[in-house]
Amino acid sequence: MDRIIQTLVDAISVGGLYALTALGIGLIFGVMRLINFAHGELIMIAGYAILLMFGLPLWLVVAGALAAALVLALAIERAAFRPIREADPPTLLISSFAVSFFLQKTMILFVGSRPKGVDFLAVLARQVEIAGARLQLLQIVTIVVSAVLLVGLTWFLKATRLGLEMRAAAENFSMAQVLGVRANRVIATAFAISAVLAAVVACLFVAQTGLVQPRMGLQLVVIAFVGTVIGGLGSLPGAALGGFLVGAATILLQALLPPDLRVFREAFVFVAVALVLLFRPQGIIPAHGLKERI
Amino acid sequence: MTGTGEMAPLLDVRGLDVRYGAITAIHGVDLHIHAGEIVAIVGPNGAGKTSLLSAIAGLVKPVAGTISLAGKSLAEVGLENVVRHGVAMVPEGRNIFASLTVLENLQLGATIRRDDAVAGDMEGFFSTFPVLGERRNQPAGLLSGGEQQMLAIARALLSRPRLLMLDEPSLGLAPRIVEQVYEELERIRKDGITILVVEQNASRAFGLADRAYIMSHGAFTLSGTPEALRAHEDFDAAYFGVSVTGDSPKSWSGGA
Repeated sequence: MDRIIQTLVDAISVGGLYALTALGIGLIFGVMRLINFAHGELIMIAGYAILLMFGLPLWLVVAGALAAALVLALAIERAAFRPIREADPPTLLISSFAVSFFLQKTMILFVGSRPKGVDFLAVLARQVEIAGARLQLLQIVTIVVSAVLLVGLTWFLKATRLGLEMRAAAENFSMAQVLGVRANRVIATAFAISAVLAAVVACLFVAQTGLVQPRMGLQLVVIAFVGTVIGGLGSLPGAALGGFLVGAATILLQALLPPDLRVFREAFVFVAVALVLLFRPQGIIPAHGLKERI
Repeated sequence: MTGTGEMAPLLDVRGLDVRYGAITAIHGVDLHIHAGEIVAIVGPNGAGKTSLLSAIAGLVKPVAGTISLAGKSLAEVGLENVVRHGVAMVPEGRNIFASLTVLENLQLGATIRRDDAVAGDMEGFFSTFPVLGERRNQPAGLLSGGEQQMLAIARALLSRPRLLMLDEPSLGLAPRIVEQVYEELERIRKDGITILVVEQNASRAFGLADRAYIMSHGAFTLSGTPEALRAHEDFDAAYFGVSVTGDSPKSWSGGA
């Protein structure tokens, strides 16, 4: 029984991390039809900010991670994506790959490609006992933080003027502009929110793995991207759900598969993804307004 | 054409050319609309009517010509600022935000406003269209076509425009609903808002307009008051894209 609870908590916490990452990608895709693979580098830069500032008070380290991701996100938007905003989605996609590789390789140039250890949030590594199951405190914190961010983002989108403009822009950008919605404001806000999500993911992920390396964002982003696709590209609830399902599925498969098949768990995940797309090509929660745009 | 009047026109379009790649959508269009006028542009599908409205709204960049509103050039203000200069548009197909609620669609219509009268304007709209008032918190995509059209018009009016442009407001609507839409436009006229309406449905638009232009193959072929146009011997030829001078008849296919 307690093993089941442990596995479930593990699945939910990893699912939460991927849901946050998928939301960061989904938010940018929603407003500008850009699949931002450079989202992984926002996570990475926040990771290095944690490494650099480790030892300072916790709030300062977290603020540093947030600041690093925010500055990089706004710089990428300004320098790389704003000049080609009118370009077609394949051009945007290739540009995002270019930005992603550029940032990764630059980082390798300066700090090397070897992972560096950092004992971030070590206090959360201890076990707590809940309902008879021994759980890692970090997992519970991850679940709570993910839930708070999901609720907060939902509130922002539903209850604020800027959130309304973002949802309108996601459905039909040029009509929103005809009504006077400012494109720069909406897109910069989307990048800023995605940076906050990336920084939080970085904090939790670094605390979990204890490692920082230039490619750390990539693996998260690839899996999370798959999540946004099965959730329904362009739909934010879809991105959160898809990211969660893919993340949780990897953990559940790890636990449920016979030991000699566990190394192939990703293959099983992707078979499941293929099946979802076969029956629901638009994703589990399809987006509005996407058809006219693509 | 209008006389070179005592007053400068509210909307002044001169020598407008719009091209999509190698295709010329409109060529050499001059259009003047005075404050308070209702002007209709009629013509078959593909005549360039939507391209003309899109150019005025800032959705497409003309390759030549000028567009000004009350003496101010709209060419360089940018798409999102055209509404700030007083031009609102109800696009073809209405383009309401289907996933947003009726109320949210209206709130977006008031994007450029910071005054306290917005809520009152919305309530006024809801009292005119109680059906939409009752459904204000439902997704706009669930509304009927006619209700969506009314919503799109209300959304445009919430910016308190000087010029309201409508692209095919009767398209795809039942005749009874078209009547309602045009009754609403009559009401808007009484508020002193200048209206530019584009229609394939010439007879309906003629019933509303003070003046009309017939557009064919990217240019105006005739203009005048609706009565004069109806009586004009070249009306059919002009509407159906046959050159008025008689040579090179061109075929036109498609429903009105």
